[in-house]
Amino acid sequence: MNIVPGRGAGIMLALLPFVLIAVVYTVASAERRAANAEDKVLPPVQEMARSVVHLAFEPDRRTGEYVLWTDTAASLERLLSGLAVAMSIGLAFGLALGLLPVVKATLGSLVGVLSMIPPMALLPILFITFGLGDLSKIVLIVFGVAPFMARDLALAVAAIPREQLIKAQTLGASTWQVALRVVLPQILPRLIEAVRLSLGPAFLFLIAAEAIAADVGLGYRIFLVRRYLQMEVILPYVVWITLIAYLMDFALARLARLAFAWAYAEERR
Amino acid sequence: MGAISVKNVWVEYGEQVVLERINLEIATGAFITVVGPSGAGKSTFLRLVLGQERPSRGNILLDGEPLPPEPGRDRGVVFQRYSVFPHLTVLGNVLLAFEIAGSRFFAHLRGSRRRVAIEESERLIDEVGLKPHRDKYPSALSGGMQQRLAIAQAIALKPRVLLLDEPFGALDPGTRAQMHALLKPLWRECGMTVIMVTHDIKEAFALGTRLIALNHYRADPHAPGRYGATITYDFDLDRDTAVPVLGFQKPAGSGNQTNGGATP
Repeated sequence: MNIVPGRGAGIMLALLPFVLIAVVYTVASAERRAANAEDKVLPPVQEMARSVVHLAFEPDRRTGEYVLWTDTAASLERLLSGLAVAMSIGLAFGLALGLLPVVKATLGSLVGVLSMIPPMALLPILFITFGLGDLSKIVLIVFGVAPFMARDLALAVAAIPREQLIKAQTLGASTWQVALRVVLPQILPRLIEAVRLSLGPAFLFLIAAEAIAADVGLGYRIFLVRRYLQMEVILPYVVWITLIAYLMDFALARLARLAFAWAYAEERR
Repeated sequence: MGAISVKNVWVEYGEQVVLERINLEIATGAFITVVGPSGAGKSTFLRLVLGQERPSRGNILLDGEPLPPEPGRDRGVVFQRYSVFPHLTVLGNVLLAFEIAGSRFFAHLRGSRRRVAIEESERLIDEVGLKPHRDKYPSALSGGMQQRLAIAQAIALKPRVLLLDEPFGALDPGTRAQMHALLKPLWRECGMTVIMVTHDIKEAFALGTRLIALNHYRADPHAPGRYGATITYDFDLDRDTAVPVLGFQKPAGSGNQTNGGATP
């Protein structure tokens, strides 16, 4: 409890489990290859590296595209559009639900019910309504994360001490001014936290939608090559998706602390 | 400017009577301190004047006009806690008052109007002794400094009435004495009416020009909520009189209660 690792030791300790997993994988892969030279389940690292070079730096023979980058671009475009729309909806609804009792009375239970609909169950409806293109995938992400964001932000608004809202009114502020200058800036850090927490579900919905109907995208590729048991493609893709998600999460965490230092004042002590 | 008359006000929550038969004439520029045991409705009374709550009977007039049913610019407030905005610096907190007043839609001032507002804010910040902390966020300020900031913010727009809800309740005695030394001259200078709720009887006598005690005058053990609190003592602490006068009420219009230089 009282032993605190220093900076260098902390980094070493953080890397340790990753190194262990890599070692275990390499050994297991070598053992399977020794038993069966045709084994496809745990391909050796060299094979995965070769497939990454092929996918990332050699143009596809049929289309002339660099597969990894076109997949990444397509997926990120869907993911980020979905998140951006979800953020706007979540912010607007969360603010209104948390601040205005009339809106809460009108829409509170509706949002509560909507957020309980399993988004995946809606996917067929979305495909039928919005077609098999990008739109249905974006709508799925929005439907999956926006209700959560709205409810989370409504809670954040409700957690602002009532004294502050009264105080602002004694300075002559209208409801709009209170929302704009008192409430909105105070829930922005929470919005970033909500986006961070939504990254996982957003990727889940993205890959599920791409797996079912798409012609490009990270999820599409994984489910395409699954038919040929191409683990040397699937595993690097999974690592790549994880890396993207992790870096987005990390960047958002840093952004929140840079832009809203006041909200993290407790943390630094 | 800042005369309040409370006419036969009752506050009831269902069967529970919190305040009853409150009659009070508060002259412009008075410094009223309200004391009483916990649960005697001191804060309820303050919320009535603030407009956060409405009386179930009776009415309250501010300068002869019925009190608006919601908080507004004419009544400033300082609470015991959470009175300042954590996302704004000391300067930003005071400046916000001018921005709200000066820009209806964006609550944001630009150019020369902003410069004027910043100058005015800095003067207020200086007045409450926070000049060296101008660019700090409230989380970096001590409790006493946060209350100074709250006071600067509350008086920025020169409200007619300043309401203080146990503003120094969470402060240590030394800081509290500093706050008294700060508040008294500010009140004299601004000439506004102050209503201050406090638990500290010494503070109530030291600061006020008039002290009001709220208490239950009767308790029925079979119906604890049947009788509410009302004004049980009303001391005039005017410097002109030698001793506090119990139940003293000057007739309206006769030299209205000017106190200790509030009006020349």
